[in-house]
Amino acid sequence: MANDAMTAPAKAITIAVLAMGGEGGGVLADWIVDMAEHEGHLAQSTSVPGVAQRTGATIYYIELFPEAAARAAGHEPVLALMPTPGDVDIVIASELMEAGRAIQRGLVTPDRTTLITSTHRVYSMIEKMSMGDGRVDPDNFVEAGKVAARRFVRTDFAQLAEQNGSVISAALFGALAGTGTLPFSRDNFEAAIRRGGVGVDPSLKAFAAGYVRADAHNTSAMATAIEAATRAEIDPGPALAALAERVALEFPKLVQPVLRASLIRLADFQDPDYAAEYLERLQPILAIDQRYGDGGFRLLGETARHLALWMSYEDAIRVADLKIRRSRFARVANEVRQSEGQLLEIDEFMHPRVEEVADILPSGLGRWLLGSSTARRLIGGSRVVRTTSIRGFLQLQAVASLRRWRRNSLRFQAEHRRIADWFKAIEASAPENYELAVAIAECQRLVKGYGDTHVRGNASFDAIFGALPRLRVAGNPAQTLRRLLDTALADDSGKQLRLALQDI
Amino acid sequence: MAERSFKAEVQKLHLGTGDEFRGEGILAVTKALFQSGVSYIAGYQGSPISHLMDVLADANEILEDLGIHFEHSASEATAAATLAASVNYPLRGAITFKSTVGTNVASDALANLASGGVKGGALIIVGEDYGEGSSIMQERSHAFAMKSQMWLLDPRPNLPSIVRAVENGFALSEASNTPVMLELRVRACHVHGRFITKENRRPSFTLKDAIENPVRDISRIVLPPNSFLHEKEKVEQRWPSAVRFIEQHGLNEFFADGTDDIGIIVQGGLYNTLIRSLQLLGLSDPFGHSRIPLYVMNVTYPLVDAELRRFCADKRAVLMAEEGQPEFIEQALHTILRKADLPAHVHGKDLFPMAGEYTAPVMMKALRGFLGLYRPGSPAAADVADAAGCERPAQLAASDGQVHPRPPTFCTGCPERPIFTALKLVEQELGTHHVSSDIGCHLFSILPPFDIGATTMGYGLGWAGAAAFNTSETAKRTISFMGDGGFWHNGLTSGVGNAVFNKSDNLLIVVDNSYTAATGGQDILSSKAENPLLATNKSIERATTGVGVDWVRTITHTYSIEQMRGALREALTTRHKGPKVIIAQSECMLNQQRRLKPQVRAAIRNGERVVRERFGVDSDVCTGDHSCIRLSGCPSLSIRPSTDPLRRDPVACVLDSCVGCGLCGEIAHAAVLCPSFFRAGLISNPSGWDRLKASARAIVIGYFQDRMDRRERRLGVYGK
Repeated sequence: MANDAMTAPAKAITIAVLAMGGEGGGVLADWIVDMAEHEGHLAQSTSVPGVAQRTGATIYYIELFPEAAARAAGHEPVLALMPTPGDVDIVIASELMEAGRAIQRGLVTPDRTTLITSTHRVYSMIEKMSMGDGRVDPDNFVEAGKVAARRFVRTDFAQLAEQNGSVISAALFGALAGTGTLPFSRDNFEAAIRRGGVGVDPSLKAFAAGYVRADAHNTSAMATAIEAATRAEIDPGPALAALAERVALEFPKLVQPVLRASLIRLADFQDPDYAAEYLERLQPILAIDQRYGDGGFRLLGETARHLALWMSYEDAIRVADLKIRRSRFARVANEVRQSEGQLLEIDEFMHPRVEEVADILPSGLGRWLLGSSTARRLIGGSRVVRTTSIRGFLQLQAVASLRRWRRNSLRFQAEHRRIADWFKAIEASAPENYELAVAIAECQRLVKGYGDTHVRGNASFDAIFGALPRLRVAGNPAQTLRRLLDTALADDSGKQLRLALQDI
Repeated sequence: MAERSFKAEVQKLHLGTGDEFRGEGILAVTKALFQSGVSYIAGYQGSPISHLMDVLADANEILEDLGIHFEHSASEATAAATLAASVNYPLRGAITFKSTVGTNVASDALANLASGGVKGGALIIVGEDYGEGSSIMQERSHAFAMKSQMWLLDPRPNLPSIVRAVENGFALSEASNTPVMLELRVRACHVHGRFITKENRRPSFTLKDAIENPVRDISRIVLPPNSFLHEKEKVEQRWPSAVRFIEQHGLNEFFADGTDDIGIIVQGGLYNTLIRSLQLLGLSDPFGHSRIPLYVMNVTYPLVDAELRRFCADKRAVLMAEEGQPEFIEQALHTILRKADLPAHVHGKDLFPMAGEYTAPVMMKALRGFLGLYRPGSPAAADVADAAGCERPAQLAASDGQVHPRPPTFCTGCPERPIFTALKLVEQELGTHHVSSDIGCHLFSILPPFDIGATTMGYGLGWAGAAAFNTSETAKRTISFMGDGGFWHNGLTSGVGNAVFNKSDNLLIVVDNSYTAATGGQDILSSKAENPLLATNKSIERATTGVGVDWVRTITHTYSIEQMRGALREALTTRHKGPKVIIAQSECMLNQQRRLKPQVRAAIRNGERVVRERFGVDSDVCTGDHSCIRLSGCPSLSIRPSTDPLRRDPVACVLDSCVGCGLCGEIAHAAVLCPSFFRAGLISNPSGWDRLKASARAIVIGYFQDRMDRRERRLGVYGK
């Protein structure tokens, strides 16, 4: 149980807790102080909460000093009010980026610091705001922790706390006890929780779970989640058996998982014939890739993935269809933690504008509707549909059942015209510039979302596409195109893209 | 009601002689006030001294016992003017606020107070919000002490020293007829420690005695010729008597003096950091036994020349550790030594950085520099080639670059967020506008995802900050913000009255969340809560029309984007000339949740039907564009990896911390965003009718879902 900090009695034990406002960093600090004071230590803690209590990053800093040593010296120790790099015994971070922050500030040093961190992520605003994927790579923090700390304890303490019906501070307090870096017994720790008197039983449970995980070296939560997603079971059913067979025989192994997933998605979106058309469409790309590719089949893979996404575009029929499924009801119940004896109501926020209604009508009717100001007045407006009520469910069910007429709809024809243009561009570019063709395939990323978002995405796509002839003659067109794609995804006002296009 | 209850802390204020107090620094100050026989306390809340105000708000019983009047001042100026009670009467009074912002506001009253001087002890407790975690401009309270000739205490940051400073502060004030400022840095206010208490003391001369036996002394009033006499009095009587008192009572401390021919002079507040730095350099033990002589200035103004001369007389050189700029003390030290013809070299800002907080690494660097000059070859000086010189390992550099700033932001379910969402949407229609911001939680609008607001000129000064933009050459209007706290603090006159008087045609949005939310949720005039001690429920709208604004709209549910956007659009486009005010009113969610959560839990326990609403995102409908996040920024609206095998961008998700404020649904509607959002209503203890409906639904919906399940099975499993 003892460590260096203890065997050298004339020295304070220093502990820094990095947390975000509202995460219970203060509770954790209070427990440590209370425990230390009960077990014959002088304890000093400080923080600079300010407005950081409003979800900002905050540091709590604690110093402990054995009372006996002070008595022996006949003097009170002078304790510091802020952590000094190189002088911190224990750093506790309530989240992975906060561990990164502790390391950045030099608080974690290999000669003495035990770093305890939860590996879950609370994404920063910068990460969340991105129009695509703005997340940082969490492995960087883990790798840094391995180098920076003397001892590195990491696991998803947030999940652990949740599983035990408590808060993360209790689980982290358990991990602190489990590391044995403080001169206090497990009983001492638990007594502090009991004296705190708030949510004692769940806190003790989470504490116990944290205690045994003190030796855990799990990988980050995000890595696990990504892994789970890629390992997801993709298994075409009997109605798609023949198509799955074709995939297995005619297409390279590398792209088979994407193709299998696409078959199911498209058959689910429309019908098995639609999935067959998809496979048919990819034949020429397969041939091109075999001829011009390097055997990695990136063009085929990316085109296949983006084609499937584009062909299963999001219209009202699709949305209604996804909203009324049993599996969706179950997912919501799970997400909101419905328990025995509770009932669940689900309300949807629908705002069909004339555009969305025209989308799913036969093309002639749809075009008339778009041009009619009377219809515009009658249709549209936001409303809330209760899917769990019979009335609401049947409304959505009726919209979903329009699937069988979708092929004649205005939107279907429009999307397929656009798909055809995009496809032509890929086919035309591949022989002279394989990389450019891959980049063109990736442009589908822009076409996503609903309503205004979709309109904006389409506009960016068209703007970039309009510049393709100019791009082709410029230097390094693939790289430029990817840069334009990133630019479009970085600014939802479209201004930066316009400026970037002027430069070409 | 403040966001923290201090009922437990109040008990500590009852401790008697020889008891041990354990707790926060600012609460120790409160206890010290009671021990000093204070008659009245006033102040304006703000970090880091909010807890002093909050604990007193919960301590009515003990205040009544001791005959102390406690006041939530309307502003720092009000608080400072309150000290006028100590001018003619032997009443001890204390006020508190955040500095330097509060001192700025208070300075008119403080200057008048300091000119005439005081009879009873007057203590101004300022929370020096400087350095890490500070939310204000980086300035020194020191300048205020110098310009008005008030004395400035900066005690060592441990509870016994802080408590002593309070007690000595009153005595010093009375001995020199001068108000005394007690400066406490942020960490000192929040430091947890202990001290041995004394009995609380009821003042022998009370407010009642003063009211019933009024006294006046015209020579104390700042009007010629008295004002000229005051200045003379300051330098000829009060200043020397203060210096005498400080010296006689040993307020400043000498450590290890006479042991070496170099020394360090330090502000009391920096003492602990200095000792830790010396300890890390091997020049002190943990108990503060320094190997270099120290002169610790627990009083940083006025300086005690004799003590400084004595300390420097036998030294080759001294290092002055003085945080902040300009370096007032260092300059004075030069003058003192020069006049005394003492040869000691003075170092300070040549080795320390001029600006910024003096952390231990900063302190150690300066100490190494100092030792390098006077103890070359000593181990501490040789330690210069520290980590700074080393290359940072690649793994650490890679991690460093990925750490994002994490500034504070609007809380989950905050009613202020939808105001800025609505403004962002209106700006999409009408173009961007000049926006003048204020102080308060609403200032978080300047950060992503809103990026709204160009300037902030101080608390309540949001509209004043746009006063220049008043021209008939354009029909375009400017927008100003002000919180309810700032409105009552001064904004009603400095902003609203000013706009009426100067015929402004612009728009003010008053963000009214029923509390001064940013400082900890204290009540104000317009708070909705009934407060037994304070008059609440006063109308901002009536105050606004009262000073002459004709165009006022009150939105009582800010979450309605439709209403907010409508009001904003109208205000920015109406042909009505003259100042326009929108009062955007919804209760601070942090406080609302604190109030409601226990009630809801109790209701569920008692078997009552309770519906808890929260929002969610269908991960298979979400396409990962994150527009919703850019328009909301709610902490509970986040992202997670997509489970769709074909999609790579993360999808939006709602965390369980969602309080169901409804903004997500409103945004989805108003911005015509996306149908991914749903609202889940979780019914605890459902009624018989609920259960009957549920069974009927299970039959009908179940029939269709069975059919869909069969279709799904024929097609296969897709990543579920």
